[in-house]
Amino acid sequence: MSDAAQHKPETLNDVVWRALANRSFVIGLLITLAVAAMALVSFFWTPFDVTRLVVADRMQPPSSTHWFGTDHFGRDVLSMIMLGSRNSIAVALVAVGIGMGIGVPLGCWAAARGGWIDEALMRLNDLVFAFPALLSAVMITAVFGPGAINAIIAIGIFNIPVFARVARAGALAIWPREYILAARAAGKGPARITVEHILPNIANLLLVQGTIQFALGILAEAGLSYVGLGAQPPMPSWGRMLFDAQTVMVVAPWLALFPGCAILLTVLGLNLLGDGISDIFDPRARRRP
Amino acid sequence: MTAYLLKRLLIGAATLVVASVVVFLVLEVVPGDPARLMLGMNASDAQVELLREQMGLNQPLVWRYLDWARGLLQLDFGKSYTYSVPVADLIKERLVVSLPLAVIALALSTLIAIPVGLFAAARRGKASDTAAMAAAQIGVAMPNFWFALLLVYVFAVWLRLVPAGGFPGWSAGIWPALKALILPAVALALPQAAILSRVTRAALIEVLGEDYIRTARAKGMPMRAVLWRHALRNAMIPVLTIMGLQFAFLLAGTIIIENVFYLPGLGRLVFQAITQRDLIVVESVVMLLVAIVVLVNLVVDLSYALVDPRLRTRQ
Repeated sequence: MSDAAQHKPETLNDVVWRALANRSFVIGLLITLAVAAMALVSFFWTPFDVTRLVVADRMQPPSSTHWFGTDHFGRDVLSMIMLGSRNSIAVALVAVGIGMGIGVPLGCWAAARGGWIDEALMRLNDLVFAFPALLSAVMITAVFGPGAINAIIAIGIFNIPVFARVARAGALAIWPREYILAARAAGKGPARITVEHILPNIANLLLVQGTIQFALGILAEAGLSYVGLGAQPPMPSWGRMLFDAQTVMVVAPWLALFPGCAILLTVLGLNLLGDGISDIFDPRARRRP
Repeated sequence: MTAYLLKRLLIGAATLVVASVVVFLVLEVVPGDPARLMLGMNASDAQVELLREQMGLNQPLVWRYLDWARGLLQLDFGKSYTYSVPVADLIKERLVVSLPLAVIALALSTLIAIPVGLFAAARRGKASDTAAMAAAQIGVAMPNFWFALLLVYVFAVWLRLVPAGGFPGWSAGIWPALKALILPAVALALPQAAILSRVTRAALIEVLGEDYIRTARAKGMPMRAVLWRHALRNAMIPVLTIMGLQFAFLLAGTIIIENVFYLPGLGRLVFQAITQRDLIVVESVVMLLVAIVVLVNLVVDLSYALVDPRLRTRQ
């Protein structure tokens, strides 16, 4: 790319083209959209009704009627995976919302104020990082009782310092810029500068971190519900399905296969999407042939 | 360097103090009386009151915290509510399973990740690099407990090479014990190796753009030697940071993996304690793991100085 081309301001069109040329982004987006579509469809249609237990159909291997087979209660595994996707997405999405909603303002505040407030907030951050997230989530759900809501809170708490750190680092890089100086000279206060100039410029960083934490949230939720601390039956969840599958794995291995594939694909899609977004907005990656 | 170390030590100590307050308070809000739990439902109020007095439960909150914290410093975690034995003993007999498991997993993960990262970085952009990184993407997305289930199915159920679960104990001999830990260690290690290989590759690619690498190549040093002698050493700081984080993650990750393999480690202990509302055990295990995380981070900070002599003199 020549120097002249580099200085030309980018149009939205350029960004879209660059996105479509990015393999990670396209594959990640397709997988993520497919999972989201599956969750949405499950609200008004699933191949079978999972609340009806058909004992005669129990532990059927995959067939043309039951694509992914049936479980020990005769429930259709595909339908359960579709319903389970709702739970996974809801838990991870709200947990990311908690992390962003609290972490980003804290990080921006630390960057804008500096000094002892910054130092204190960052030490507080380090403190949360010292807790092994999984074990602490186990402790929280153990103390306050298992369930989807407590799983969300437990995962969400550990998202806060992550977003605070990313927002602070991003904001610190923007603050010394000249247009910030100009905004300050124009009499704008730190809060207004943060909202009008800092946030739009760190939005891509937050988006990338958001997809990563979303993926980690899905893994964490699966782990918690696998050990019985996540969503409670009869609400299907991918982790719980794997737990139920474990005892009958010798006779019905498909029960352990498909929910795991669902987790793997969802997380893979989100990670690829995050990698793609970060490539698209990273000027260093852009110069690469 | 000394000032830097002192600062790290102070921060580590402060982290432990605040963490202990948080853990203490969280478990303080839990409903249920430990004394009643220990004595059972048939105990009279007078008996419960007597035990509460003996356990020091009637003391003010701050006093009880200080008492508990002093105990922690002497590795005396108190007595389990359900087993009536010292928590320290319970933890000790479980740690001999969980700790070796985490160490083996970290060793495995490093042994896989560093060569893969080197390989991919050296062949950056080529098909072999793309294939290695695609495999790493899948590894990162793999829930380790599901991977564990697949391993059990293939190696224990199908090929019958290793036991599907359980632990014979170290007294049964090193080999049978290790054999029981192989699958859990692999299940823990592979997803972590995927992350570490990506970090190694990225750090190496950063370093390979440096001038001294070009100089080394220009003087005729073979690529392999450049990679091992110059590039890897300079790429070690991010790699060590992630390894430190991973050790803590692996130790906590054993909590779920132990449930897949029915291993009598810390994870099983925590879950038994949770179902029995034996919260002093949960509290102690969490504090122990926080202490290990703080310690590992200190060691990682120290190791920076080992791999990078410049840090030894800088303030």
